[in-house]
Parts: sequence; structure tokens; C-alpha cells
Amino acid sequence: MTATTTSPAASVGEVPSFDVTLRFRRFDPDAANPEPFWQEFTVTAHGTDRVLDAMHKVKWELDGTLTFRRSCAHGICGSDAMRINGRNRLACKTLLKDLDLSKPIVIEPIKGLPVVKDLVVDMEPFFASYREVMPFLIAQGNTPSKERRQSPEDRARYDDTTKCILCAACTTSCPVFWTDGQYFGPAAIVNAHRFIFDSRDEGAAQRLEVLNDKEGVWRCRTTFNCTDACPRGIEVTKAIAEVKRAMITRAF
Amino acid sequence: MATTTPTIAAPRSPHRSSRTSWEMYGWIFMRASGALLLVLIFTHLIVNLVMGGGVSQIDFGFVAGKLAKPVWQVWDLLLLWLAMIHGTNGLRVIINDYATRTGTRLVLKSALVLAFTVVVVLGTLVIFTFDPCPVGAPADLLPSFCTAG
Repeated sequence: MTATTTSPAASVGEVPSFDVTLRFRRFDPDAANPEPFWQEFTVTAHGTDRVLDAMHKVKWELDGTLTFRRSCAHGICGSDAMRINGRNRLACKTLLKDLDLSKPIVIEPIKGLPVVKDLVVDMEPFFASYREVMPFLIAQGNTPSKERRQSPEDRARYDDTTKCILCAACTTSCPVFWTDGQYFGPAAIVNAHRFIFDSRDEGAAQRLEVLNDKEGVWRCRTTFNCTDACPRGIEVTKAIAEVKRAMITRAF
Repeated sequence: MATTTPTIAAPRSPHRSSRTSWEMYGWIFMRASGALLLVLIFTHLIVNLVMGGGVSQIDFGFVAGKLAKPVWQVWDLLLLWLAMIHGTNGLRVIINDYATRTGTRLVLKSALVLAFTVVVVLGTLVIFTFDPCPVGAPADLLPSFCTAG
């Protein structure tokens, strides 16, 4: 067998480049009259680019005052959740080629949290709910001298909810959270689920008690917005339903 | 060396009694009554509209005949109460979700409670005090068992 040679370089082809228009919902708190407004930028992007790349191009080449969060830029840190074309996604995981480029790409801050500047929102209410479900191992007794063992089956029980990166895409896609910021929100419930169903944890009762609150899991209307929004593919609504079920089986 | 896990303050202690499970029971009621209502409503519809003479059979005599039987009295009473509580609770939740101003909430919820009370009281009253054989009514309009009239 001899290796067949194909015609070089020419068949590989260049990555196509095209113009994209980004339409930002901006807000400047230091302006004389702080009012949200829309602003459009057109940049040249490549076929392999993500929305974040186009945003970088705007910030680095056109308008340095455009403000947004991003850290790792690879879908792990959860900093750049934003509302892109009406859907909550991570700018670093949304490819331009998957969007309709004949129209401007509409980019807004995530809803339901106070906007600090442009796409940066105050995440404190979100993290306050997260802290309230006690997202840490609660275990009684002596400190073990070796690791706490767990069977693969027990580990698999809560595997889905360990994937959360706390980007707030789910919580800020929830219509109940939009109208009432008191609601714990899907992310806090997901992180409670991660410990409630952990065989090594002994704080399930306290966590369920917290989530049985008036603003707890019972405000969930199972609209599945959170499951659709999650960039990690966590079945958020299912996790919430499991927490509800655990509460009911505990009560009867 | 610490040999025990560090003690974690306040929120760790169980506080079972301080919270009520009102919202949980409300949620369970919505699911249970919803499932029950499916059976109640569809049986009601089939008996009234499909079985026997169909839609054309419904007249005073038909309704009076049904309401004279204890089974249908209980059935209709359950239907009335469950549907009204289910619907009212659903609307209460929607008002809580979407009416942000206290005044709006108060007005909407008052109207809701008023509507609920009127319908439930009136309906219950009719089911229990209904007279299938009113005196002096033409015999051809009355159910078959009204021989005395």
C-alpha cells in the first residue's frame, strides 16, 4: 500500500471571513444621564470565531469602553454568560456560524440582576442564594484519616449537578426570578442537589428545610428555561424535580 | 491536631418547627387535584354529552334527574370545590408572580377571593337545596320520577 497524495494546500481552503454586526445593550453609570441605550458595531470575523472573539475585536479595535466579563474564555469559568439573540449563553461557547448573521447579533446583559455597566451585572444576589443552601460538605463525627469512600453508583447519583460553573445563565433565564428576585433560582437548587444526593453528606435535612421556604423550590413552574439555558447541559429542571420529590418523601 | 470536624455555626442546627410547609402542601394539592379533576371532568363530559341521547338530551329534566342522585351530588360537589380551589390557587400564584405593586396585588386577590366565595357558596347551595320536582311545573319538563307533581 502506498499513501495516496492529494493535491496540497489548495484543497484545504482558507477559513472564510465575513462581516458581523453586533448590537449591544449598553449602560454607562457615569454618564450625565445614565440610561440604557443600544449601539451597533460591525467587525470582520472568521468562520471559526465565537461571539466572544467578535466582542474582543470591538473592545480592542473599535471601542475600549465596551465592558464585559470574561476570564478563561473556554466555557469553564462561567464569567461571560449573556443574553445573545434572546437566549442566555456563554459568549465563549457560541459560534458565530451558528447564528443568523444576516441580522445584527443582539447582545444584552443577563436579566433579573442589577446592571453595573454594559454587560456586567451585580452577581451578589445570585451568590447570596448560593451561599444560603450551604454548598459545602456537612459531616458529623471524627475527621477521617483517609478519604471518604463512595461507590461509583453513589457518585453517579449527583454527577449531573457537579458540572455547574455558576455562570447564572439558568437563574437569569427563569421567569419567576425575573419577576421576583427573592426566588432562590435554579443554580442554588442545583448546587443544593449536588450535596443532598451525595452519600457522604449529612446535611440534607437542613438544605431541604432551607429550600422548603416560601421562595424555595415550590416557586418553580417547570418552564424548562433553565435546562435550555445551561451551557453545561445540566438537566436543571429534572434536578429541581428530584429535590421536590425528596421533600415530599421526607414529609410523608 | 484537631480530631473532629470543626463545628459550623447557626444555620447548621435544624429548625424544623420555625417554617411551615404551606407552599409544599399547596404544590401537592395542585398535582393531586389536577389528576383527580381529569377523571371528574372527562366522566362529567362523557356522561352529559356522549352517552345516551348526546347533547340534545340536556334539559331541566336531565339535570334534575342527575342532581337527585347522591352519586352525582357528591360528584358535582367535588368537581365544584376542587376546580374552584385549583383554579383560584393557580391564579393566586400567577398574581404573586406578575403583580409587583402591593395595591395591584390587593385588588386582584380581593376580586379573586370574592369570585371564589360567590361561585362556591352559590354552587354548594344549589347542589344541596335543589328541588327536582317544583310544584306547578308542566309534567313533560320534569324528570320521570316526579309522579306526585
